[in-house]
Amino acid sequence: MLVFLFRRIAAGAVLVVVVATATFLLLNLTGTDVARNVLGETASRSAVTAKSHELGLDQPLVERYWHWVEQAAQGNLGSSWFTGDSVNQSLMDTLPVTLSVVLTGLLIAAVLSVALGAAAALRGGWVDRAVQFAAVLGTAVPSFLIALVLVVTLAVQLGWLPATGYVALGTSATDWFRSIILPAVSLAVAATAATAMQVRGAMIDVLRADFVRTLRSRGLSTRSVVFKHALRNAAPPALTVIALQFIGLISGAVVVEKVFGLPGIGTLANSAAVRGDAPVLLGTVVVTVGIVVAVNLLLDIAYGWLNPKVRVS
Amino acid sequence: MTSPLLELDDVVVEYPGKGRGKKPFRVLHGVSLAIEPGETLGLVGESGSGKTTLGRAVLGLAPVTGGEIRYEGRPISRLGKRERRALSKDIQVVFQDPFTSLNPAMTVMDILTEPLLVTGVARADAEARVQKLLDHVYLPQDAARRLPREFSGGQRQRIAIARALCRDPKLIVCDEPVSALDLTTQARVLDLFIEIQEATGVAYLFVTHDLSVVRHISHRVAVLYRGDIVETGDAAQVTESPEHAYTKRLLLAAPVPDPERQARRRAERLRQAAS
Amino acid sequence: MTAVEFPPAPKRDGLVRRALRDPLAVGCLVVLALLIVASLAAPLLTGYEPDHSVMADTLAPMSGSHPLGGDGVGRDVLSRLLYGGRTSLVGGTLAVLVAFAVGGPLGLISGFYRGWFDAVAGWIVNVIMAVPAIIVMLVVMAAVSQDLNVAMVVLGVIMAPMVFRLIRASVIAVREELYVDAARVSGLGDGRIMRRHVLPVVIAPSLIQATQVFAVAIGIQAGLAFLGLGKASQASWGAMLGDAFTNIYNAPALLVWPGAAMGLTILASSLLGNVVRDALGTAEPRVVRRRKRVERRAAAPVAEAPADRLLTVAGLRVGYPKPGGDKTVVDGVSLTVARGEVLGLVGESGSGKSQTAFSVLGLLPNEAEVTADRMVFDGKDLLGLDLAALNALRGRGIGYIPQEPMSNLDPCFRIGSQLVEPMRKHLGLSRAEARAKALELLARVGIPDPERVFRSYPHQISGGMAQRVLIAGAVSCDPRLLIADEPTTALDVTVQAEVLDLMRSLQQEREMGMILVTHDFGVVADICDRVAVMQKGRIVETAPARQIFAAPEHGYTRMLLDSTLEGGPARGDLRVPDKPLKEVTS
Repeated sequence: MLVFLFRRIAAGAVLVVVVATATFLLLNLTGTDVARNVLGETASRSAVTAKSHELGLDQPLVERYWHWVEQAAQGNLGSSWFTGDSVNQSLMDTLPVTLSVVLTGLLIAAVLSVALGAAAALRGGWVDRAVQFAAVLGTAVPSFLIALVLVVTLAVQLGWLPATGYVALGTSATDWFRSIILPAVSLAVAATAATAMQVRGAMIDVLRADFVRTLRSRGLSTRSVVFKHALRNAAPPALTVIALQFIGLISGAVVVEKVFGLPGIGTLANSAAVRGDAPVLLGTVVVTVGIVVAVNLLLDIAYGWLNPKVRVS
Repeated sequence: MTSPLLELDDVVVEYPGKGRGKKPFRVLHGVSLAIEPGETLGLVGESGSGKTTLGRAVLGLAPVTGGEIRYEGRPISRLGKRERRALSKDIQVVFQDPFTSLNPAMTVMDILTEPLLVTGVARADAEARVQKLLDHVYLPQDAARRLPREFSGGQRQRIAIARALCRDPKLIVCDEPVSALDLTTQARVLDLFIEIQEATGVAYLFVTHDLSVVRHISHRVAVLYRGDIVETGDAAQVTESPEHAYTKRLLLAAPVPDPERQARRRAERLRQAAS
Repeated sequence: MTAVEFPPAPKRDGLVRRALRDPLAVGCLVVLALLIVASLAAPLLTGYEPDHSVMADTLAPMSGSHPLGGDGVGRDVLSRLLYGGRTSLVGGTLAVLVAFAVGGPLGLISGFYRGWFDAVAGWIVNVIMAVPAIIVMLVVMAAVSQDLNVAMVVLGVIMAPMVFRLIRASVIAVREELYVDAARVSGLGDGRIMRRHVLPVVIAPSLIQATQVFAVAIGIQAGLAFLGLGKASQASWGAMLGDAFTNIYNAPALLVWPGAAMGLTILASSLLGNVVRDALGTAEPRVVRRRKRVERRAAAPVAEAPADRLLTVAGLRVGYPKPGGDKTVVDGVSLTVARGEVLGLVGESGSGKSQTAFSVLGLLPNEAEVTADRMVFDGKDLLGLDLAALNALRGRGIGYIPQEPMSNLDPCFRIGSQLVEPMRKHLGLSRAEARAKALELLARVGIPDPERVFRSYPHQISGGMAQRVLIAGAVSCDPRLLIADEPTTALDVTVQAEVLDLMRSLQQEREMGMILVTHDFGVVADICDRVAVMQKGRIVETAPARQIFAAPEHGYTRMLLDSTLEGGPARGDLRVPDKPLKEVTS
């Protein structure tokens, strides 16, 4: 198990390095005159040259890359070309917002998908058909469209919840919850739908398994057979899907943050992308991939814990 | 004396271990045996004995890592893809599971003409031959346009036999071809195997776990135990008065359909186990 | 030997025909067709350029000249909607094409050849899948091009892993099939095997996947445009939503058109995938409502049974509802088991012997319809029992030994806990007492190291061991009746002999009655007192074991006994044919 963990961490680190390198090259090979973009059309040529020097853009690419890697290895992701703000600081400011939304969404998806998937598999009939139909819709409709509908109805028309803005958890837990619940729900829909179908399929398979019949033959209650044995066996495949869905949640968050005016990492990345602010964009890529790796690692551990074939041996 | 049709000389089969640095998993530890033209060699063993692997090695479906398999005196265990394909004219197979050995999406005609068309036989000729083959395995002519799922297990096994016979092979590897079948069907399919052998002179490598099946169909029998052959001899001798302790155990363990004889056999087995 | 008669071959409908019978499919196709027509005919349907803005038309209401009004910067909404459809259609198609062009061949090769190629491809796929798609798109649009179509090509690459995984998994599944081995032995080359056996299997799931990729691509494209990315001249539903969003307080209706167009398109595409899946018959399995209790057919008086009678079953019928009328698998079976008696239930596959055994335990699948005239166990009427009463009886009164040892233990729980749970429930033992009794049982069934096996997971022990564990479980709560369904069929003969010895000694020691379901007359001869022979859902003959073997009465019994090879003559030596081999068809 330790060897397994070590391998996964190493693989995750390699992944972050590969993605960071690819992103760095992509962003720095575009050939646009960055200094000119930063200073605007009216700036003098000498000012542009000076800016270029200041940003280190007159150095050869390989050197710039090494410089970035060196700094990044020490935990310094550089500073914005346009505002000069520290990328670390920007990330620290925006990350809690995005994590609040995404992790709440993940939690909602996990709970709801197990409930819906298990209900569909156990009840059958119209419950099953309804869940299946809703899942098809839920997986297909993009989260920001759901977000728009929620904003227009619940926030703008009915005024039940704030339409925009973020309140830190430290400031007020209630307001924090009110500010993130709508974005979290819009994100959770697709993840819930996909995972619920997985839970349903896995439950149906398990409930048809020979050992379930044998457990019944021993006189165990339906509660024990379904919620102790069947659910436990259906959990590992569901976890695999949830891990994939998490990446989708981050993707969705980028657009949903704009709908709700949340100052999250997606907003940061978006404005950096529009401006062409490579250090900021690079920083967001490194951090999001890092989060994905970390969450996947946690889910891997959970998977191993749930699956004795991985854990023992 | 001419050389045997098929000869296995100290054949070793190993599968690579899972993960780097793991020891390879050795299934066959140097197996030697020979099959004459027109002969049935029964290969008996329990699960994990390597009997199926041995059959797959002859077919080129398992990695031979040591020793040599010779067909008509020619080494065949390390053939290139093209040469291996050429050999398919002579060596054929009937698998155990009649449900997964036929492509469910293809009609019987497609399944049976496939091996012929691939060698460039004209479609009309191939179809004419398939009709004859269906006769030989006692399936009705209109079976050709049906899908495998419309047939029972025994009938599917007849289709598989027809496929093996398509190109007049000299050797058919039969991997437990009757163990998935009901008793009555089993006897009929075995008789079909014998009838075809007597008509065509094809040789069988007949892999099975069942001593009574092997006795019924084999001229000679080899007993495989954990990747080694422990006993070889003619069928009557091995299945009546085996020499090796394992074969004896195997024989005594198989229950006989007669309560009194079975009681005696059981007592004998317990006596031997105790000693 | 006579040729077998068949009913005429059923007519097989094509996929398209089957799909078109579904009104939902027709609806989806109509929506997608409308999208295509609207995109192509956009210049005919509107006179406005999508990016032509007129200040006076800012947020203009619906009118003759602007059927859907004007947007936040005075552009014609209808025109933008139509041209936006074009952007969506082109974008979705591009993403699908690229995803399949990249993922398809790679998946085929990876799945078919495995090895290093598979390892490398798998690694790359994992890298791509670990990065959130929109983040990649942001980077690409910042670095390479603001063109949404370029973005969709990149999205195709990002989604290629989905296609790759699907195709690789289908190919691997096919590759493991024996019929691919058979094709190889028949002399088919790799190319031909792929064309004939692998591709046909891959096409259907690919179609379904394509509809999903299309839907997701349209969603992501709209998301990017909504964020303000993309060229200003490129009209798109996402950009329309963005514009509408900035005017959300003064013109919320602007959200409706692009939102509805996008929602409809996406739904049509993904529902179409679902319809294809249904038509292929690969739909998710239907779930049948929970089981009903076994119904009493007629109010038959419970006749006095002999004192040593343990089980009485009379007039048992089991049927499964099928489209063309119910299929009866057990048709009026009556049997009895006395205390301490072993009844063999013998028959070929499909004779209904296992179904009969399961109905006593109430363990048939939910869709089974079970009725009986009488079913009495140890003086207790089994008919009409509710689940709780049945659960009190299962394990406690009647134990069950299954056929396949490995698949009958829960892989996620230790063997010990699986043994302890029923004992705690039925016998009310404490955890420690149950544990002690489980260890005792494991030792009793001949397991050499009970402590270790108690702590083990099922995958850590052999099949023979697992069967002993299952037997220990079956007898753990001291049942009076054991139901064993082909308990030794999956075992090697040497293990079978030992397991039969164990079952016999346990049965005698505890004076349990037993129903042993088997197809093997050797097993019957070894352990059974009485035999019931089943054929096509009916019992054709019941007699003491010795009598069945010595003087079978029914023709079917005789035929079964005659088919046993045991005791027959050996084939004899090979007579080398002196004539040349002849062709089978000559």
